[in-house]
Amino acid sequence: MMVHPADSTLPGALADATERALAEAEIRLPRDVLAALERAAAVERDEIARSELATILENIALAEERQVPICQDTGVPVVYLTLPPDIPFTPSIFEGVREGVRRATARIPLRPNVVDPITRRNTGDNTGVGMPAVHVTPGDRLTVTVLPKGAGSENASRIGMLLPSQASGIPRFVAETMLIAGGRPCPPVILGVGIGGTFDTVAALAKEALLLPVDTMDDYEQEICDAVNTLGIGPMGLGGDTTALSVKVKRADCHTASLPVAVNVQCWACRRATVEVQR
Amino acid sequence: MTDLTTPLGDEVLSLRAGDRVTLSGAIYTARDEAHLRMMEEGIPFDPKGAVVYHCGPVVQNGRLVVAGPTTSARMNTLTGFLIDAGVRALIGKGGMEPEVVEQLRGRAVYLALTGGCAALAADRMRLSGVYFENLGMAEAVWAIQIDRLPLTVGIDAHGGDLFRTVREKAKAQFHQRFNNR
Repeated sequence: MMVHPADSTLPGALADATERALAEAEIRLPRDVLAALERAAAVERDEIARSELATILENIALAEERQVPICQDTGVPVVYLTLPPDIPFTPSIFEGVREGVRRATARIPLRPNVVDPITRRNTGDNTGVGMPAVHVTPGDRLTVTVLPKGAGSENASRIGMLLPSQASGIPRFVAETMLIAGGRPCPPVILGVGIGGTFDTVAALAKEALLLPVDTMDDYEQEICDAVNTLGIGPMGLGGDTTALSVKVKRADCHTASLPVAVNVQCWACRRATVEVQR
Repeated sequence: MTDLTTPLGDEVLSLRAGDRVTLSGAIYTARDEAHLRMMEEGIPFDPKGAVVYHCGPVVQNGRLVVAGPTTSARMNTLTGFLIDAGVRALIGKGGMEPEVVEQLRGRAVYLALTGGCAALAADRMRLSGVYFENLGMAEAVWAIQIDRLPLTVGIDAHGGDLFRTVREKAKAQFHQRFNNR
């Protein structure tokens, strides 16, 4: 989606783009994710699982028709920006995004989910200290990508600092993550897997993997996905063939003495949208 | 498919894990904070035959915008007093621990609603009141009228637990695939 901002200042344009991207992501499931769900519904053999998948597909259509969020856990926004060379990287970039989140919260509306971690006091507008998380990379164009992340699936995510000799154990670690999670993260899930890097970057890689199209998998991703699906957890943990819709892997090189692995669990509502700011 | 209407009575005792049902009538949302508040100050609705829904909806101008189920496991240690008071059914997602399965035995059931299906859920629901509103939108107790909400019996009143059956199978599959290498 490309937009001509109503507000021509940079923070204004970013606020506008962030708000639009959130509205798109919250209401309309990306077509690749919808296609993966439809494919799963067509081949699922378990009766309860089939009815769960039918309910999910009905819900997706209804959200789009009524222009309401797909899920009441509208998540916390994770934001990815690309900045072209002529845009200065200043604090006003972050302020623009935060303003967009505040507007989206009031207008769509989104559930205010951001709280103080200890007192649990709600900030009321989905912004706060360090929230939303904003990741900036250089690019040709000015784009805003949002990934609203619900807590049910985020809470089931795991990081493991495996031994360098355990590379063949990565599929086991990923499957074990779903074995522990069961029905809690709202399967069928999409699993973002980060491999390599450091303790912090591996988690970022796992989350970035969720931005990749889910309708293709390489052999390694398919192997992990098949392993997860043999568990038979099924939609909502009620049993069935469809536990994971897709597994996506992102890699980085790492220290010779370590093998960081992260699994970012994403519920079937893999909400994401990108808006390019036309200048 | 069995059609249930609140207040619920002994009809819930004949349900079995895996059965599909519809539910109509009054339900009450409650998440972590609402459970804690009800323990301190009492249950603000008549709990006899009542249904508690693990949900934190999005409400705008007195209207439910979306209202899907939240993860029930967070309420594992907070549920006993509701069943003791006469609550006959819980609605949520993901199932609950053996402790709750025992509390439900001979008294109540756990009904699974498809997680994330908040637009669909809200379509079958109408807001009728609110308690503990100062807990905030997600944590307040909302009274909701529902019309033929489709549900799956996840845990029955005889110790039958679909989630546990699936979990045990998953564990066996996992060990078969990964531990013999």
